[in-house]
Formats: sequence, C-alpha cells, structure tokens
Amino acid sequence: MAILINEKTRIIVQGFTGKIGTFHAEDMLKYGSKVVGGVTPGKGGQKHLGLPVFNTVKEAVKETGADASIVFVPPAFAADSIMEAGEAGIKYCVTITDGIPTQDMMKVKNFLLRYPIEKRMVLTGPNCAGTISPGKCMLGIMPGHIYMPGNVGIVGRSGTLGYEAASQMKALGIGVSTSVGIGGDPINGSAHQVILEKFEQDPETKVIMMIGEIGGPQEVEAGIYAKANMKKPVVAYIAGLTAPQGRRMGHAGAIISSAGEGAAEKVAMLKDCGVTICPTPAQMGETIASILAKAG
Amino acid sequence: MDIHEYQAKELLSSHGVKIAEGGLAYSPEDAVQRAREIGGHLWVVKAQIHSGARGKAGGIKICKTLDEVATAAENLLGKRLVTHQTGSSGKVCSRLYIEAGTEIARELYFSLLVDRSAERIVMVGSSEGGMEIEELAEKNPEAITKIHIEPAVGLQDFQARQMAFALGLDAEILSHAVKTIRGCYRALRAYDGSMLEINPLVVTKSNELIALDAKISFDDNALFRQQKISELRDKSQEDPREMAAADRGLSYVGLDGDIGCMINGAGLAMATMDMIKLAGGEPANFLDVGGGASPERVEKAFRLVLADQNVKAMLVNIFAGINRCDWIAEGVVQAVKKIDMKLPLIVRLSGTNVEEGRRIIADSGLPIITAETLAEAAEKAVQARNQAVSRGGC
Repeated sequence: MAILINEKTRIIVQGFTGKIGTFHAEDMLKYGSKVVGGVTPGKGGQKHLGLPVFNTVKEAVKETGADASIVFVPPAFAADSIMEAGEAGIKYCVTITDGIPTQDMMKVKNFLLRYPIEKRMVLTGPNCAGTISPGKCMLGIMPGHIYMPGNVGIVGRSGTLGYEAASQMKALGIGVSTSVGIGGDPINGSAHQVILEKFEQDPETKVIMMIGEIGGPQEVEAGIYAKANMKKPVVAYIAGLTAPQGRRMGHAGAIISSAGEGAAEKVAMLKDCGVTICPTPAQMGETIASILAKAG
Repeated sequence: MDIHEYQAKELLSSHGVKIAEGGLAYSPEDAVQRAREIGGHLWVVKAQIHSGARGKAGGIKICKTLDEVATAAENLLGKRLVTHQTGSSGKVCSRLYIEAGTEIARELYFSLLVDRSAERIVMVGSSEGGMEIEELAEKNPEAITKIHIEPAVGLQDFQARQMAFALGLDAEILSHAVKTIRGCYRALRAYDGSMLEINPLVVTKSNELIALDAKISFDDNALFRQQKISELRDKSQEDPREMAAADRGLSYVGLDGDIGCMINGAGLAMATMDMIKLAGGEPANFLDVGGGASPERVEKAFRLVLADQNVKAMLVNIFAGINRCDWIAEGVVQAVKKIDMKLPLIVRLSGTNVEEGRRIIADSGLPIITAETLAEAAEKAVQARNQAVSRGGC
C-alpha cells in the first residue's frame, strides 16, 4: 500500500533537461522509480536519458500515462508548471523548487480549487525533499538508501531532519511506509493534516512521525485533527526551541510572527491533543520504537 | 525585506493614500530646511530605522520651533535605537523624516497580511489604534475586524466599506476610506508585499483620513521581479554577517551563544541548535550551508562562523542527501588548514558516502573531534566548549 506513490506510479519530470532535473531523474531511475519521460517546453520530440521529452504536460500524460510529476523548474516559472500539471490530469505533484513567491503559491492553491476534489491534483512542497515509499518508488531528492520499508509514516517540513528520523529508525530496525516532505514555505501544497488523513487510511502505516518546526499554524491544526479523527498514534518533534522571535530561520515559513508559533507553545498544544512528543531530535527513533512496542 | 516609513509612505501615496506633508533629512540643517518648506508651527522629527515601536525608544520627537527641530535632529542622527524588535544591539538612525504635525481626532489600526491558515490575504482593522495589535488581540479581541480577500477576484468595494464602518468612519469620508483601503491592497499585491501596516491610521480634526505611520515588508522570494522595491533596500539596517552570508548563498542568523554551527538544511540546523541547548550549551548562530556544498562554500561558511568573536567551539553536522560526505569532509579539512583554525571542532557526518568522508577526516591528521550521532555531536561540542572556556580562565 503506502500513500501517494507506489511501485506502479508513473513519473514525469518537469524541468527534465536542466542540470538539476537530469541529476535527480537519474537518481530516481537508479532507485527503481518508473520515470517515463519529462517536459521541457521547446524540446519536445527529443530524447533525454533515453526517455521522451514533451513540450507540454498534457502531451506527456497522453503519451506515457503518467500520473505523477516532480517539478525542478526555477522559482519564477514554477507556479505555472504546477498549474499545468494540475490541468493535465496529473494526480500527484511534488515540487522541489525553493524560492517561489508566496503570492504565486496563493494563486496555485486557488487554481487547483477549480477541480472537484476527486479530480484535484495533490501537491506537496514547494521547497521540500519529496516523497518516498521505500522499496517501491522514490519521487524526490533524498538519499534512498537510508529508508527501510516498514510501518511508520513520516511527514515533515524539513528534508534533512526527515533523513535524520529515517536513519535513526533504520538503526533500530524500524522501517517506513511512506515519507512525505511538505516543505518549508509559508504556503504549501499540503499541510501536515492532509498527509495524516492519508496515513490514517493506509493499512500499512501503524504509527506516524510528524516533524514540524516554528512558524505557522499547521502542526497544531494537525494535532487537533488527530485528536478528533485518528486512531493511529502520532509522534511529533518540533524544531526551533532556540529560535528567537521575528527571525527567519532558513525556511521562508520558519519564523515566529505571532503567538502560538514558537516551538514550546506548539509542543504544549500538541500534548493537549494527545500527540506523543519526542523531547529531542536525537530520540525520534527510540520514541517511535516505544510507541510501536505499545501498539504491538 | 523591510523598507523605511518614508519609503512606504511614498509607495502608498502613489496609490491614493493620504499622508501628511513631509521630507527626508540627513543632517540637522536638512531637517530645519524641510521644516521651513513644510511651514506651520508643528513638526514631527521621526527616526528612520527598520523597526516599529520607535516612539517608546525615543525615536519620534514633536517640535514647536525650528530650533527644536535642529536639536531633535542632532540628537537622533547617528544614534542607536533599541526597540523590542531590533534586538539588544539596536539599529542606527542615519535618516530622518520631517513631517507636518497632524491634529488627531481618532487613531485607528489597519493592516493587510498573508494568513497562512486561510492561504489568503487578510485585512485587519480596529477602531482602537496606536496600540500594538498583539496587545490589542490579547486585551480586546472583539475590537478587531478581519476580512479575508479572495485571491482570484481581489478586494471588493463592499469589503472595503465593511472595514470602513468597522473602523467607525462616517459617511463623509467613506469614499476616501474605500480609496485608501483599495490603494493599500493594490500596493501589497503589486509589490509582492507580505505585510502592510498603518498604525495609526488617523482621522484628523478636519475629518481627513491620513496614514500617520506606514510599514511594509516584502516577500524575499519575489524580489527578482520587484526591481523598484529592491532598490529601496537600506543595508545599514541589516545585520552585516547575515548580509555577507546571503551574498555567499548561505543562510545565517547570528545568536547570543558561543558554539558556532554549520549544518545542512534549515530543519536539521534548528534541531541541532536545540540539541546544543539541551546538552547545556548555547548556539552562536544558525547556518544552513545548503545542498551541493562545495569546498569553497564550506570555507566561506567557516569564515563566517569564526568571524563571531564569541565562538569558543564549532560544530559541523551534515546529513548528506544531495551533498556528499566526502566533499564536505574535504571542504572541512581544507578550511581548517587554510584558516589555521585553533578552536575545537566537532564534525558529525551521515548519509551519502559517509565512510569515505570519515576516512578523509581521520587521515587529515587534524585534531578534529568526530561524532556518529546527533546526540553525541551536541554533547561533545558542549564538552569542548566548556574545556576551552576553563582553559581560557573565563
């Protein structure tokens, strides 16, 4: 099972022939992901990495039967590419691009709303490391070898902190059903909550590790959702205990701008929602292990 | 990116928002000249720094004579003003805005910002201006009106009217209020603003609506298409280390501790800083070296971290995905040799090509302390810092 992607997922790469797109397309192919082609406007008809290049996403979907896409298009043009994917019938899009203007993302979110929910493309990112269902499909830029197949769902804003979680788990012999990076931007395709809903429905996932950080309301909203709607245990770690107010910590979204957005406040609110808090980032593996043991 | 009050007022004025007459001054002579040009018998001398709450910090002076204007200007220019938004080091005032005094009947609050939860721009207003909105939200949340704006169609007149009535404005200035509110929204959209705040928006005794203060922040990610806004940047208001970092493609935030950090990824960087704190230390900085870190970039990052005189030990924590541990290790070894680094250095490598990376560190013959896990790295960094401090006798 897993969520969002599996061994059948057919992938096209948007921004395929660029340096970054090429590098990661090769990496995904090496992992065993079914990359079936790519899109670079103006280069349609060419072959790249032995795969067809198309001018438009619509054409790529029609010719290859692709249902997922990954966007490496530069920030100024990325929003346009995401909307093109949404219109072309792509079911799931991962956007890696970092630096997309907030107003562009507002436009993208609004554009996707025109489709009825059953036809609406799911978007994760931008500014994320992508999604991986270990052993089945990698749709991202992560080092695939640090993930072991298993029953823990991971959802997080940060790429490298997600790697840290997966490798701590692997060291303890714990595997991952799917790991989803939702990205570090203020407005992103899917909030933590959207991914929690999917993990709750997935028979393979037993426990969820949610990795959040300072800034924005999404972690707490997810906690409130989990309390009301979820049977599966959720473990959370929130980064940024030492972050001062009003300073942007790398991610455009990681800034404490109003009450309730600091790490300590988020932790307190998540605890109230019955979420198990991982006290330090070095204990993500062991906290998950203890919850798994309890869950049987 | 932030801009000064006078710049924000210029932008707003060109979008139909009324402001008091004013001018910019770089010297007391300028200030007096501006006051003369404005005329009248009441002027306000306002320090231009990138911060709110300037009044409390003594950055705004009301003057009744030209002599008072000169004195106020003399006192403010070159002064370091400390507000709760500037941090303890404060910000230097090198420009003044001289404005005609306004006869205030009522003070209101008005702002526009991105609501991350609704993923829309929200318009926030209150008839109780002058106070900070956080304070108001706590003391009297009913006094705040919020109206969300549909991104596809933008702000509608009826919404602007709703806001105007919520602010308690009367029929006589309703059409100007709508024009003011629409002007603010257009400016925010046109220039990729992330926040626009007019506090206070005032009704004068002659029943005019005037933006008495103005603050606009812009989306850094959109500056590539906002040349006009980029040109308004005042580098003297920004932390020189953070700027140097940005110029080198690094993300750096200076903090008050003494353990320097170089990490890849914003989340892992924050988590590592948290670990340092939990181990009993204090991080000196946040530094995300990013993906694809070349030896040159690593060296630049080292120089940046070590430029902070407070740093007593340095921790490198890399979880390589796009990065490769062997490249990072080579970069670290080169940097330590080139800079002739004397402080204790703790390196933790993980991920792609980790064995190779660890071998390079081990073979370098340098006194680098290595760690395998995040917890071990933080503990060793705090230990090394404590030893360095006790050796130094502080």
